[in-house]
Amino acid sequence: MDLAAASAIAVENLVKRYKAATAVDGISFQLPAGTVTGLLGGNGAGKTTTIAMIMGLVTPTAGTVSVLGAQMPKQRYRVLHRMNFESPYVDMPMRLTVRQNLSVFAQLYAVPDAAGRIASLAADLDLTEFLDRPAGKLSAGQKTRVSLAKSLLNRPDVLLLDEPTASLDPDTADWVRARLERYRTETGATILLASHNMNEVERLCERVIIMKKGRIEDDDTPARLLARYGRETLEDVFLDVARGRDREVTA
Amino acid sequence: MSDTGFEFSLNRVAAMVRRYWYLLISSWPRLLDLIYWPTVQMLMWGFLQMYVSQNSGYFASAAGVFIGAVLLWDILFRGQLGFSISFLEEMWARNLGNLMMSPLRPTEFISALMIMSIVRLSIGMIPVTFLAIAFFGFNLWSMGLALAAFFVNLILTSWAIGIFVAGLLLRNGMGAESMAWTIMFLFLPLTCVYYPVAVLPHWLQYVAWSLPPTYVFEGMRALLIDHVFRGDLMLEALAFNVVLFGGAVFAFLKLLESARAQGSLLQGAD
Repeated sequence: MDLAAASAIAVENLVKRYKAATAVDGISFQLPAGTVTGLLGGNGAGKTTTIAMIMGLVTPTAGTVSVLGAQMPKQRYRVLHRMNFESPYVDMPMRLTVRQNLSVFAQLYAVPDAAGRIASLAADLDLTEFLDRPAGKLSAGQKTRVSLAKSLLNRPDVLLLDEPTASLDPDTADWVRARLERYRTETGATILLASHNMNEVERLCERVIIMKKGRIEDDDTPARLLARYGRETLEDVFLDVARGRDREVTA
Repeated sequence: MSDTGFEFSLNRVAAMVRRYWYLLISSWPRLLDLIYWPTVQMLMWGFLQMYVSQNSGYFASAAGVFIGAVLLWDILFRGQLGFSISFLEEMWARNLGNLMMSPLRPTEFISALMIMSIVRLSIGMIPVTFLAIAFFGFNLWSMGLALAAFFVNLILTSWAIGIFVAGLLLRNGMGAESMAWTIMFLFLPLTCVYYPVAVLPHWLQYVAWSLPPTYVFEGMRALLIDHVFRGDLMLEALAFNVVLFGGAVFAFLKLLESARAQGSLLQGAD
């Protein structure tokens, strides 16, 4: 069976080198359609670069990435309309209102009944009262919700999220997670989520890939990771991996 | 669906034009800025022309050469600036990642920027041409077909330079921003905006004649001084422009490819 063809996302021996630095060092994984996977790792672990290569924004030095059967970045235009993403590294034009921003992206993604879709997302993400406010005048939490609305505009089959709840207070972060859970349940979308937040990963993800220095250090379900490391929380597992105690544990 | 970046959607171009239009009308100082500098330039050169023409028989017979030159120069300069500023808006807003991840093709992006360059130019230049009539009796529109030929050649050059600068910005980030503001000034002495090519040293004339705007400014002087429309100059300019524009699009696509390899499309990536 061709795993790349059967998976929503298939990454094979992926490498990214920037001059002397290796950001991603030969990683492989397949994500079946409809799953939610967490990509864990400290700063510089290679999470964002991995997601950027999956999106086609960064060309791999070696290896392959396939999304919904299309090779990235070469065949990206086959699938970009079925994907979307949210990242703290990108923003939306501040002088445009939320409605203007969303309507431009709706047109770029050829969303049918754009006005209705924006109204429905705004109601769902509690944005209705901000729709005609400039994006630059929103709070961090409101901006994150707008970015989330943008990432859901085209009802993506593959949703890539890079730190979706960074800079949010616990209540808003929990609220965002609930919306993501509901979106996955309703649509069967495949979600890949890079995060530092262990509670988020534990709650949302059925599988966790832990990266360190560009490599995959571990890859399993949260329950099996907890059992293998003899820990009660993913945060402890993460610290074990980050501090190199995983080798002692698995030795 | 095509794998290439060459499939073209007018709908996506319209989306981008709409986005830039929203930006433009959201700030009245920016709108004012579009008219401010062309007006100041036109008035300064217009009054200088008046003074010189009262003291020189040659310039008296060539009324409008300075004002015509400054207006045509502004088409070249502000055409490129209008293109580059719209592109820079995406970088200032950290919005490039959103656009590059969307189905928007590079050719559609460039087309939207070209349309906005004309929109911005029209807002800035059309009122100034009427001010030139009111203050100095110089009617740019009376050039008719010649003006159309001048405009097509100048705007093509301005887009080519704008496209190349956009590629540099993609590849090198905001470090290349100053290029957007200054690159066209390299053309100011070389394209002989205010004086004939014959004034240049012999070896520099070869450089001047390799730049399409030189043909336009020589053509404008031929029209205003000798009252002759030099269609041959316009065709030569067009030929150079086709090469320049093709080269700029090629360079943009190569620089975009390089930006993907360098990871510079996603600012702040770890």
